[in-house]
Amino acid sequence: MKLLTLNFLTCAIKTCKTSPSSFPLHPQDSELEIVEADINVLFLRNMLPRLMWNELRLIVNELGLPSLPETAPDASSLLETKLQVPEGDTTGLNIEKIEVPSQVAKDLHRVLLETCIREGKLVCGNCGHEYKVMEGVANFLLPGHLV
Amino acid sequence: MLPTPSTSHVCFDRVYEPAEDSFLLLDTISSFSEAAFLHDRFRQTTPELEPCSTSPLVLEVGVGSGVVLAFVAANAKTIFGRDDVLALGTDINSFACQAASQTVQNAIHNPSESVFLDIVNGDLACAIRPYLVDVFIFNPPYVPAKLPDYSRHDNYNTILAGQKSTSFEQDSYLLELSYAGGIDGMEVTNRMLEQIPHILNPLRGVAYLLLCAQNKPEVVKQRIKDWGPGWMAETVGISGSKAGWEKLQIVRIWKATLS
Repeated sequence: MKLLTLNFLTCAIKTCKTSPSSFPLHPQDSELEIVEADINVLFLRNMLPRLMWNELRLIVNELGLPSLPETAPDASSLLETKLQVPEGDTTGLNIEKIEVPSQVAKDLHRVLLETCIREGKLVCGNCGHEYKVMEGVANFLLPGHLV
Repeated sequence: MLPTPSTSHVCFDRVYEPAEDSFLLLDTISSFSEAAFLHDRFRQTTPELEPCSTSPLVLEVGVGSGVVLAFVAANAKTIFGRDDVLALGTDINSFACQAASQTVQNAIHNPSESVFLDIVNGDLACAIRPYLVDVFIFNPPYVPAKLPDYSRHDNYNTILAGQKSTSFEQDSYLLELSYAGGIDGMEVTNRMLEQIPHILNPLRGVAYLLLCAQNKPEVVKQRIKDWGPGWMAETVGISGSKAGWEKLQIVRIWKATLS
């Protein structure tokens, strides 16, 4: 499961929902894998405002991944200008400016959409309940007495 | 006609096979009138003038084969007028989660189409943070039939140790989950309806719910309108208006802005 998915999940136990410590769920004993995906800068830009940055930073630290900057990147930092010679131009005189994903965008994309929890568990910070992740699928089903 | 996502990899012995109800959802959500409604609701403003609106989150509960979520994700540009849509699903059946995940991944060909998050194994939307869902889709177990005995779920939701595959009883149980809705076929839907006001984005959230005639759709719609000021419930798609006992409809649930 992708780390971005954790931005939308909380403990399934009803009484935990009102507690701020039920989000984010804390990954433990995680086996991570990188699943390459194509980058979509427009998506990243429009996703940034609804991304819980501090919680994402916390999860990233808990997983032992390289720390994220203290504040979320600015939308304008997702693209950078590159100079290139247009295809088919042999003179090299018609250099044009193109916009490409910046390193900031690539790093964000890698964390949110390419870093996946393959196996492990997600733990609620409020009640301590552990949700298993198996073959990339998180299991939020509760035993009958907890519903 | 927009293409229907392929589900040829799905084992329909234990995962609900796309049928008339699934196709009614596809047809309704991509209809001219619904696309117009959704385009308007999720309009992107030009970044030069003001900040753009954030990426819409689509949540489908009970994805089954994943055909509906895959369709919405792959055709986001046509349906919503934007292709920065996030697709998230849940299902109580772990085999459906695996199958649907593949269906959605296969359907999104173009990187700029939509972003597929995950399919989570869970009960309804219990694990979803409140007020974040922009588009909610639910094709419930709507058949008036005794609810399955959930005490078997833990054992039946996985391939048991020492077994190579699921048993016949297991498969029957897993399929029952996808159609049996208890009294009036409404027991599961009623639990879902309780959650809807708490998961939908209060400003732009919209839900699509499938009902059959036995669910008493007029009563259900009135109940939704009674949630409070602004709540709306309207039939936006129907099928089986001939002699079929399974007359289906899609109800759109949303909160109108009160001025």
